[in-house]
Amino acid sequence: MHAVRTQSTLNWTVHLSVLFLVALWIFPTTGLFVSSFRTVDQISSGGWWASMLSAEQNLVVRAAKPSSQVQDGNLYVIEGGLFAADKGMVISAWGISSKAIGAYKPNQFAELRKGGRITVTADGHFRMVNSEPFIGSRGQRIFFTAQVPPEFTLANYHEMLFDSSNIDGMAGAFLATMTVTVPATIIPILIAAFAAYALAWMRFPGRAMLIAVVVGLLVVPLQLALIPLLKLHMNIGIGKGYIGVWLAHTGFGLPLAIYLLRNYMAGLPRDIIENARVDGATEFQIFTRIILPLSYPALASFAIFQFLWTWNDLLVAKVFLIDATGQTIVMTAKIVELLGTYGGNWEILATSAFVSIAVPLAVFFTLQKYLVRGLLAGSVK
Amino acid sequence: MHPSVQGIVTIVVGITTCVTYFYVSNWVLDHVLFPAKGPKTGRNINRANMVRPWLFLAPALAALGLYLAYPIVETLYLSLTERLPGNEYRWAGLDNYRQMLDDPKFSEALVNNLLWLLVVPAFSTAFGLLAAQLTDRIGWGNIAKSIIFMPMAISFVGASVIWKLVYDAKPAGEAQIGVLNALYVGITHNDPQTWLTIMPWNSFLLMVVLIWIQTGFAMVILSAALRGIPEETIEAAVVDGANPFQIFFKIKVPQIIPTILVVWTTITVTVLKVFDIVFAMTNGQWETQVLANYMFDKLFRANDWGVGSAAAMVIMLLVTPILFLNIRNARREID
Repeated sequence: MHAVRTQSTLNWTVHLSVLFLVALWIFPTTGLFVSSFRTVDQISSGGWWASMLSAEQNLVVRAAKPSSQVQDGNLYVIEGGLFAADKGMVISAWGISSKAIGAYKPNQFAELRKGGRITVTADGHFRMVNSEPFIGSRGQRIFFTAQVPPEFTLANYHEMLFDSSNIDGMAGAFLATMTVTVPATIIPILIAAFAAYALAWMRFPGRAMLIAVVVGLLVVPLQLALIPLLKLHMNIGIGKGYIGVWLAHTGFGLPLAIYLLRNYMAGLPRDIIENARVDGATEFQIFTRIILPLSYPALASFAIFQFLWTWNDLLVAKVFLIDATGQTIVMTAKIVELLGTYGGNWEILATSAFVSIAVPLAVFFTLQKYLVRGLLAGSVK
Repeated sequence: MHPSVQGIVTIVVGITTCVTYFYVSNWVLDHVLFPAKGPKTGRNINRANMVRPWLFLAPALAALGLYLAYPIVETLYLSLTERLPGNEYRWAGLDNYRQMLDDPKFSEALVNNLLWLLVVPAFSTAFGLLAAQLTDRIGWGNIAKSIIFMPMAISFVGASVIWKLVYDAKPAGEAQIGVLNALYVGITHNDPQTWLTIMPWNSFLLMVVLIWIQTGFAMVILSAALRGIPEETIEAAVVDGANPFQIFFKIKVPQIIPTILVVWTTITVTVLKVFDIVFAMTNGQWETQVLANYMFDKLFRANDWGVGSAAAMVIMLLVTPILFLNIRNARREID
């Protein structure tokens, strides 16, 4: 009996601990995600975690202009709504001076400085009354504190992606990232697959050493390659641009590609290959007809790695691609730029970051299986 | 030509060139150089099979040599020279290294990097191990795993933005939109802090970002290792009356020490290369500099290739022990 009880407390502890870990891990991302659907005012009015509930906001609106006044008996009246009725906002206090924005409760009356009285109801209807005509050209300012129900908007995404007049838009950078990523993912695969096959299934002197070299290159920091390769690209006329970045990503991705694919191919059943050899198939045929199709899971694993890595890369793009014109700026670099210029404008930062994060996240959730397999095969044991 | 069209053309050209190269070179080998017919059939087949691996390897070796091996040598050379105006280089011996050692920013970067090397692998591995052990025991473990693993897909830059929002500070009296300040102000009633400028804690706040990313990696690898532990060892411990903590620390963990080491070293390599997080969040201000960002600074802002390359060599030097360890392990596995 006692053992059963400790067992179940332990189970509860496990569930709660995991729940806590998961909450801790997803909380930061959720914050950015939620913020990207909020307006500037909403973001600055309070933490995103409160955005699911209605929030108290201080707002200011100008009442209708004196030109809209109507005569009601011997009184002059201006009236209207402070906000659209369907917004569901409830006013808790209001005022007519920036020094006392919450001086009055709904339905109380305030004396206007230029004569007359004003009142505001909780649902945002205001009414100004005066025995003399209202003068002036601008409407009376009304400050109010209201409970604003949660509201989310796609406007940020519209502005950052589809507004062609927005020079800070992400559309161009999105395309640039795409242009970098796709060739840089596909080209190394084929080169690596042939090499991996040779290292896995052909006997020749120096094979073990080559495998060791590949394993060694796996951890060489690409920082070392920046200046020498940039020099090289400049000297042979490639300069900064897509060709350069494709080549660089291909080179940097090859060790992992060869290592992953070699390990996988080495694990394929020997009989298949021996039988094909006995049947007179050439090595080229064995590779293209048998090995390549069978290695599909490993190819997929590497493709996902390389895709995530090139999509998320900042350093290689900054060094080999982005020139002074900024035409080819990729999303990661663009976001860093925005961080510099709009440090506090979270609607811009959150939205642009999410535009860039969305694609890898989609890849991650659909192809997670291959990613896990690749990780398990790719970490040097 | 629009770059995306150029991209498609490059894919087609690249793949066609590759396929053509492999096909034609194999054909030439089998039909022209060493045809498998006539009186010398046997000898020809053997010779062709000696050459073929190198045909298969040639493009990869060329790319690896040019893009990874040659730069190591060239960077070493650059670190020992001084670049003069007009693309000339003067032998400088160890001057760059001396200059770098005298630079307070370098020692700051080195110290910070050592801290990163201690903290990030330790916490990532510990959290990963914890998450692996706990999620393996519950029904919704796979969902939990997915969520903890998810930051792996997010770029360092994206993660930096995510965490900058967490650390955000608004002036005192305004609503705090960064959760750290919201909690801090809510609990202590002090003024909000600009966390990323407070030394030395700001470095740790940057490390949190990488720990958050790498824990998923550690969890995935360690979870596979935990599941590979023979059931009998655990059953024996249960029969002997071991409690869950004893089973975990005395039976399970000792059996997966090699995997823990792999995870630890892999994260160590990642830490040494980390650049984006510091670059995007503080750019090395407020004493948060690390080697990779220091190097980038020297190479591309100060345009000092000598010292920049020297810094790159320091990173290489720090990676080297792991490089040899990996090679040794890989050889043992292959043989």
